[in-house]
Amino acid sequence: MTDLLKLSGVHTHIGRYHILQGIDLTVPQGQVTMLLGRNGAGKTTTLRTIMGLWQASKGEITLAGQRIESLATPDIARLGVGYVPESMAVFSDLTVRENLVLAARDGPLDDTQLDWIFGFFPALRRFWLSRAGSLSGGQKQMLSIARAIIEPRKLLLIDEPTKGLAPAIVMALIECLKEIKRKGATILLVEQNFFAARELGDNVLVMDNGTIVHRGEMATLAADVPLQERLLGLSLEAHQ
Amino acid sequence: MTDLAATDPLPKPKRDLAPILLPIALALLMIPLIGSPSTWLTLTAASLAMGMMIFIMASGLTLVFGLMDVLNFGHGAFIAVGAYVATLVLAPFAASIQADSLWTNLAVLAPAALLSMAVSGALGLVVERVLILPVYGQHLKQILMTTGGLIVAEQTLYALWGPQIIPMPLPASLRGSFILGDVAIAKYRVLAMLIGLAVFIAIQLVLNRTKLGLLIRAGVENREMVEALGYRIRRLFLGVFMTGSALAGLGGVMWALYREQVHASMSDDLTVLIFIVVIIGGLGSIGGCFIGAILVAMVANYGGFLVPKLALVSNILLMVAILMWRPRGLYAVTSR
Repeated sequence: MTDLLKLSGVHTHIGRYHILQGIDLTVPQGQVTMLLGRNGAGKTTTLRTIMGLWQASKGEITLAGQRIESLATPDIARLGVGYVPESMAVFSDLTVRENLVLAARDGPLDDTQLDWIFGFFPALRRFWLSRAGSLSGGQKQMLSIARAIIEPRKLLLIDEPTKGLAPAIVMALIECLKEIKRKGATILLVEQNFFAARELGDNVLVMDNGTIVHRGEMATLAADVPLQERLLGLSLEAHQ
Repeated sequence: MTDLAATDPLPKPKRDLAPILLPIALALLMIPLIGSPSTWLTLTAASLAMGMMIFIMASGLTLVFGLMDVLNFGHGAFIAVGAYVATLVLAPFAASIQADSLWTNLAVLAPAALLSMAVSGALGLVVERVLILPVYGQHLKQILMTTGGLIVAEQTLYALWGPQIIPMPLPASLRGSFILGDVAIAKYRVLAMLIGLAVFIAIQLVLNRTKLGLLIRAGVENREMVEALGYRIRRLFLGVFMTGSALAGLGGVMWALYREQVHASMSDDLTVLIFIVVIIGGLGSIGGCFIGAILVAMVANYGGFLVPKLALVSNILLMVAILMWRPRGLYAVTSR
């Protein structure tokens, strides 16, 4: 399996704080790689650094063999990277339709793709002409993910999509992400919900204090309760 | 296109009408206080004309504020430069300006306004690249750089044109008033209202009906996410900055014709009004800017007529009142 994304010795400073302290990771093509860790471990910073929203102070980031660590965010996005931030960041003054029109960078909205998205997120069809600011938290998350998949992307960076959502919406999101995975997408997914992580992940990376402290297969971690407790301070049973 | 009809009715978007009703309520409230309907109508027309001119000058600044969080204290330079550049066209064609034919007047006025917009827009390009680009995200330095730029621009105008006030008489066909019964409404004020409305409608069409407009509205709200979608917002910002500068130049020509004079520090008082308009309208909101400009002009005109001693502080009081009601302005677009 070829690696689509590779980070080698990546450091990121934010002001005086040294957040990422030498990250080495790979994201294989066509797989879902989970990025887990306690709050403040550096997961969001890792995604933002890959996206160019924070500049890596040291190290190399390669996407499909091309160095991207010094590229500007729009150029990284144009290489085929879709980003779903933790805050969702939908444009609340714009309608659902307008949010998706902006996300469809390469042309008009594709009807087939829209129908596929509406299959998972019917609320988006229902609120098509409503301001995104008037949507509920779950609907905003659906819109944020829809925006990232409205056109084919090489790599999706998704930051805690299930955070704060009702269980029914979490299940719908998991089904959607599974379908995206079946279509062959490559995803680096930050998640605190271990149940979602187990359902979706092929591989897992665990972060602590700005470094990767564990890497392996998701199924192995899901089956090893003592390891979960040691790495994450929790066990899968607690989430079931 | 996919059939997007929903089985359930779409929720109607809530329209926030309170800010729109505010100037209407204020105008109606003034009728008994002013007493004479003809005086009220004259003052209202003056307010609308003045408001439209302030809106034209402030519209670019509010987008720049909202889009890139840039405090441009040098915006007034574009106003003054626009007015001075117009004199380059109007002075040699003074005879055409004083001709009785409206079309002859407009044949000189229109190129003068277009040249002013072009020069102010080009100056905007230089200011953004030279003064603002190095200080993105640093408010204090932005204030220092743009205030310094304003001083340099004013002194350059003094050096080129001299310290004297340059007269800029109204074209012959725009002098005088339309008389409706015992109400007189100056012809130039009507023209100013029409141009202001046209600019407002044009901006609204661009913002609401084009992808470029969507990008600007989205960028005002969350520029980082616009970049993460693959759009180079710096280029977008440069375009908005140049357009805003060009509109300030147009506003400068209109204001100079309104006052019938040009001088290098003509924008000093206007800059205060423009900043008040941008703040009370809500940073980045064109609708808020439009209503804010009319409110500021109404307070200046009605207040100046009813309580002249309050004229100096009336707009500050207006800003305090609006911000106590809505701390992020009439229409809050950004979270700043």
